Amino acid sequence: MSATRASKNVAPPSLEEEVFPPFPGRGVDQVGLEERAASLRTRSWKRETKTAALERAISMTDLTTLEGADTPERVRRLCRRALGPAPGLPLPPVAAVCVYPALVETAVATLQGSPVAVASVASGFPSGQLPLRIRLSDTRAAVEAGADEIDVVISRNAFLRGDLSRVEDEVAAFKEAAGGAQLKVILETGELGTFDRIARAAWIACRAGADFIKTSTGKVRINATPATALCMLEIARDFERETGRAVGVKVAGGIRTARDAIHYLAILHETLGPGALTNRRFRFGASSLLDDLCRQWRKQKTGRYQAPEDIPSD
Amino acid sequence: MTDSKTGYASRPPHPLAEPPESFPYAPSREDPTLAAIAKTHDLWIDGEWRKPRRGRFPTLNPATGEELSRIALAGPADVDRAVRAARRALPAWADLPGVERARRLFAVARILQERSREFAVLETLDNGKPIRESRDVDVPLAAAHFFYYAGWADKLEYALPGGRKPEPRGVCGQIIPWNFPLLMAAWKLAPALACGNTVVLKPAETSSLSALRLVEVLEQAGIPKGVVNVVTGPGEVGAALVRHEGLDKLAFTGSTEVGKTIQAALAGRPVSLTLELGGKGAHIIFEDAPLSQAVEGIVQGIFFNQGQVCCAGSRLFVQEGILDEVMDRLRSRLATLRLGDPLDKNTDLGAIHSLPQWEKIRSYLEIGKEEGAELWQAPAEIPSRGWWCPPSLFSNVTPSMRIAREEIFGPVLAILGFRTPEEALAKANDSLYGLSAGIWTDKGSKIFEMARGLRAGVVWANCYNRFDPASPFGGYKESGFGREGGLHGLLPYLRT
Amino acid sequence: METKDPREERTMTERRDGVHKTYKLFLGGAFPRSESGRHLTVTPASKTAASAQVCRASRKDLRNAVEAAGKAFPGWAAAKAMLRGQILYRMAEMCDARRAEFVELERRFQGARKDQAERDLDHAIQVLLWHAGWADKLAQVLGSVNPVSGPWFNFSIPEPSGVVAILPPERPGLLPLLAMLAPVLVSGNTAVSLSSGRAGPSALTLAEVAATSDLPLGVWNALTGDRKELLPHFATHRGFAANFCATDDPEEVRELRTEAADHVKRERFLPASPASFWRSRKVRDLEWIRSFTEIKTAWHPIGL
Repeated sequence: MSATRASKNVAPPSLEEEVFPPFPGRGVDQVGLEERAASLRTRSWKRETKTAALERAISMTDLTTLEGADTPERVRRLCRRALGPAPGLPLPPVAAVCVYPALVETAVATLQGSPVAVASVASGFPSGQLPLRIRLSDTRAAVEAGADEIDVVISRNAFLRGDLSRVEDEVAAFKEAAGGAQLKVILETGELGTFDRIARAAWIACRAGADFIKTSTGKVRINATPATALCMLEIARDFERETGRAVGVKVAGGIRTARDAIHYLAILHETLGPGALTNRRFRFGASSLLDDLCRQWRKQKTGRYQAPEDIPSD
Repeated sequence: MTDSKTGYASRPPHPLAEPPESFPYAPSREDPTLAAIAKTHDLWIDGEWRKPRRGRFPTLNPATGEELSRIALAGPADVDRAVRAARRALPAWADLPGVERARRLFAVARILQERSREFAVLETLDNGKPIRESRDVDVPLAAAHFFYYAGWADKLEYALPGGRKPEPRGVCGQIIPWNFPLLMAAWKLAPALACGNTVVLKPAETSSLSALRLVEVLEQAGIPKGVVNVVTGPGEVGAALVRHEGLDKLAFTGSTEVGKTIQAALAGRPVSLTLELGGKGAHIIFEDAPLSQAVEGIVQGIFFNQGQVCCAGSRLFVQEGILDEVMDRLRSRLATLRLGDPLDKNTDLGAIHSLPQWEKIRSYLEIGKEEGAELWQAPAEIPSRGWWCPPSLFSNVTPSMRIAREEIFGPVLAILGFRTPEEALAKANDSLYGLSAGIWTDKGSKIFEMARGLRAGVVWANCYNRFDPASPFGGYKESGFGREGGLHGLLPYLRT
Repeated sequence: METKDPREERTMTERRDGVHKTYKLFLGGAFPRSESGRHLTVTPASKTAASAQVCRASRKDLRNAVEAAGKAFPGWAAAKAMLRGQILYRMAEMCDARRAEFVELERRFQGARKDQAERDLDHAIQVLLWHAGWADKLAQVLGSVNPVSGPWFNFSIPEPSGVVAILPPERPGLLPLLAMLAPVLVSGNTAVSLSSGRAGPSALTLAEVAATSDLPLGVWNALTGDRKELLPHFATHRGFAANFCATDDPEEVRELRTEAADHVKRERFLPASPASFWRSRKVRDLEWIRSFTEIKTAWHPIGL
C-alpha cells in the first residue's frame, strides 16, 4: 500500500511512479467518513463570512441544463443568468454553463469574451454505454464546438466488472481527446456501491489525467452526498500529496439549498484548506441551487428573509 | 490546471478565480446569559437549599479566569445532614413502584432536553469545554442516560440472572469529576435512582454549577425530597462523605490516586465500592487502517474535551511502515483545529479546566522534553486570559518514558511505533491502567484478535471515544472496577 | 469366600504402617518442597491417627506461585471456554476416583464422621460440576449486545481479572477450597491458594487431582502454611488482581482491603464458618464467578 512512500525513502522514484502512483489501497470507513462529513454541517458561518461563502458558491457553480427539451433559447437564457445570477445584485458570475454537445455552439456564442466557461457532457452521457470510438468523437466534437470543459463519464460497465485498467485507459483517451479543454471525470458514485470503490475510481481518474473528479451525472437515484464529497476530496488531497498535482472536485445532483452548498464548502475548506476555495478546485453542478444562493445572499445584505419570487428563476 | 492550457485562455479571468488567503469563520458566539448563573449557590439537602455554615468559594470560567459564582463550602455537619436526609428518604423511594420511579426519571430526561441549550452554555462556561461538545455530547448523553435507566426502574427483576430479587443498596455517596460535570452526574444518578437508592452527590469543586442546576430538574420531575442531596466543596468534603458511617455504597470517578485512598478508607466497613479511575488508552493504528478516518479517530481520541478524558487515546501506537505518514497527516489535520472561545460554535478546542490542571499538563510537556521526546505543537493563537494548551504531539517516545506511562489528562499525545500485532498488544497492555483502547484496521479478524488481547474495559474498533447509555463503561486493573452504563451499570446499585 | 486381612478392617485413620505420604507444594504444575525447607505438623483429630507434615510456604514460595500463575494466565484466559469446562469436569471425575482418600483425610484431620465426609465430598463434586458447566455459558449470561444509538455493533463480554488470591477456611478441608477455586478458574483466572493447618493435606491431594486433570501448569498453585505469616504478603503482592477470602476475622478483612487499594484489587469475602454455609446451596453462586471477571465492551462500526 505504501509502496510509493516506501520507495521514496529508499531510492528516487522512477518517473512512472511519480506520474502514476499506485492506488494506496486503503479502505474507507463509511461510518467514520459520514460522521466527519456530517460534523462539518454544524460549522457556523455568520455575517461577512456567510456572504463571502455564498459568493464563492455562486462562483463555483456550473449552471447546468441537461434535458432532452433543451433548446438554444433555453441555453441563451441560462447563459445570461450565468453572467448575472440576479438582476441588479452585485453578484459574481458562475463558473460555467454546462450543456449537451448540440448546444455548445449556442453557449459559446452567448458567453464569448466573458469569464464564464462553456462545459459540455460528452462521452455517451449519462450511461457511457456506447463504443469508445463514439464516446471519443462525442468529446472531440464538443471541443471543436468550443467547449472549455468536458464532463465525461467513466465506464461503469468496465469498472464494475473489474476492468480497472480499461477505465484508466479510457479516461486517458478522453484526456487526449479533450486537448486543451479541462477534463471533468464523472464517477457516478451512486452506482459504485461503496466508498472503497469510489476512492479507487477517484484515484484512477486522477492518475489518468482528470482535472476534476465529479460525483454524478444527476441522472441516477443517488447523487452527491457530503460523505462522497469528503471521500473524493480526501483522494484529491492524497493524490496531490503523492504527485504534487492538484485535482478539483465537482459535486453534482440534488444540491438545491444554500445551506447544503455551505456544508460542502466547509468540507472543502477543512479538507483542502482555504487555498481550495476557488472554482479552479471545486464546482457545484446545479440548476436551482443558484436561486437559493441569491436569495440567501440578499437576506444577508438586507436582513430580511426573501420570498421565492424575489429572485427570478430561469 | 493553469488557464494557459485550457480553452479559456481567451476569456477574462473569473473575478473569484483566486482563492482567499484565509477564510476564518466569523465569531459565532453562544449567548452566555442563557446560563443565567446566580451569584451564589447553596447546598441542596433534604429538598431545600441550605446556606453553608462555612462560607463559599468562587468557581471560575476557565476561558477567562473570571468568577462565575460562589459555591457553598460544605462542612462535616452538612455532609452528615445530607446522608441522614438520604437515609430518611430511602424507604419511601425504594418502595415506590418501579413504574413511578421510571415516570419521574423519564421526566428528568425530557426536562433536560427542553433545557438543553441552557445546560450546554452553563457547562461550557463552568468547564471550559467547547459549546459544540457540551451541546452535541454532554447534554444529549446526560438526557439519554436518564431515559435509558428510567426504563429499567420497573424491570429490575430482569437484570439479575437466576431470579434473584432486586434490592437497592441503600444510601449512595457519589463523587464525580470535573471533566464531564453534568454527564458524570447523570451516569451516577440515573442508575442509582432507577434501582431505588438515595444519593448524596459531591461534584468536583471547580465544576459544581451543572449538578446544582440539575437539582432544579430533579425537583421539577418530582424526585422526592432527600432522594438526591448535593454537597459542594473541595476534596475534604468528599473525604467526609467517604468517612460517613451512614453509607451503604460509594461510587467514585476520578484519579487513581484518590480512588486508592477511598478503597483503603473503606477497608474496614461494609460499604460497596465502585471506582472509575484513570487511564492511558492505547490507540493502535495498523498499516491497513482506513487512514483518513483513523486520523480523525486519533484527533477524537486525544483532543476531545482537551484530552481531559480518562479514556483518552493518549498513547498512539502506529505501525512503523506508516509512522511518518501518520505524523504528517496528523500535523496537517491539527493545524486546522480551532482553539479559542469555548462559547464559539466553531471552536474545536476549548480551555484547560483549571490552573492546577494546566500546570500539570505544562509540567508533563517539560518532562517529555527532558526525557528526550520531541514535542510538536499545532500553531494556535493562545488567548490572553484563561488556561490553554495547543494540540501537542510527542514523537521519539519510548515506552518507559513517563509521558508514555502516566496519565497527563490533557491534549498531549505520545506517539510510538510498533512492527507486529504481537508487539502492539504487548506494548498496549504494558500499563497499570486498563480502561480503554482503540484499533484501526480494515481487517475484521485482526480487530477481534486485538480486541480479545487488549486488557481494557472499552475497546473501540475503527472509532474512538464513543459513549452510549446502553454501553457499559469501566476499567480493568488500576483503572477501577464496576461498570457504568447498560445492564451492567445497574449491578453496582443492586444488592448482590 | 475370601479371607480379609484384619488390617483392612481398620480405617486408614488408624493405620501407621502404610507408606508414608509426603505433602509438598503445588507450584507451576510441579510438587516442590518449600524453598525454605520449613514444615508444619498437622495433628490428627484423634490420638490414634497419624499426623502429617506439610510444607510451611515462605514469602518466596508465594512469589514463585504468583509468578507461575501470572505466566499461566494468558493461556488459560484464552483457552476455549469448553476446554476449561472439560478440565473442571475432569477434576470432578478424579475427585470421585479418589473418594476414599478425600474421605479419609476429612476423618483423619478434621474429625469428620464418615457419612458427613462422604456428603461433603459429594457436595464438593457437585459444586465443581456446576461450575464446569458455566464455562461456556458465562459470556451468554453475563455478556450482552448493547443497542447503542448509532451505526455501531456493540457488545460486552466477561473476561477473567487475572491472578486471584484464594484464602479458604481451615475446615472443612476440601469443600471450601473447591467451592472457591472453581468460580475463579472457570472464567479463565489463575489462582494461588493458601491452605492452612489441617486443610493442608486435602489441598495437596486436590492438587494431585488437578495435576492429573490436564489443568495447565501454573493455573492453580497451592500453598500450605501459616496464614498469619503469609497473609500480609498475600495482601501486599501486586501480582494479584483480586482477593477471594473466607474469614471470620474482621482484622483479616481490614488488612486485605487496605492493602488491596494499593493495586485496586477486586475483592470478595466469605464467612469462614459455620460449616453449614459451605454445605449449603450458597456456594453455587454466579455472583462469585462474576466477582472475578471484568466486562469488556467493544465497539465496531456497521458500514460498507
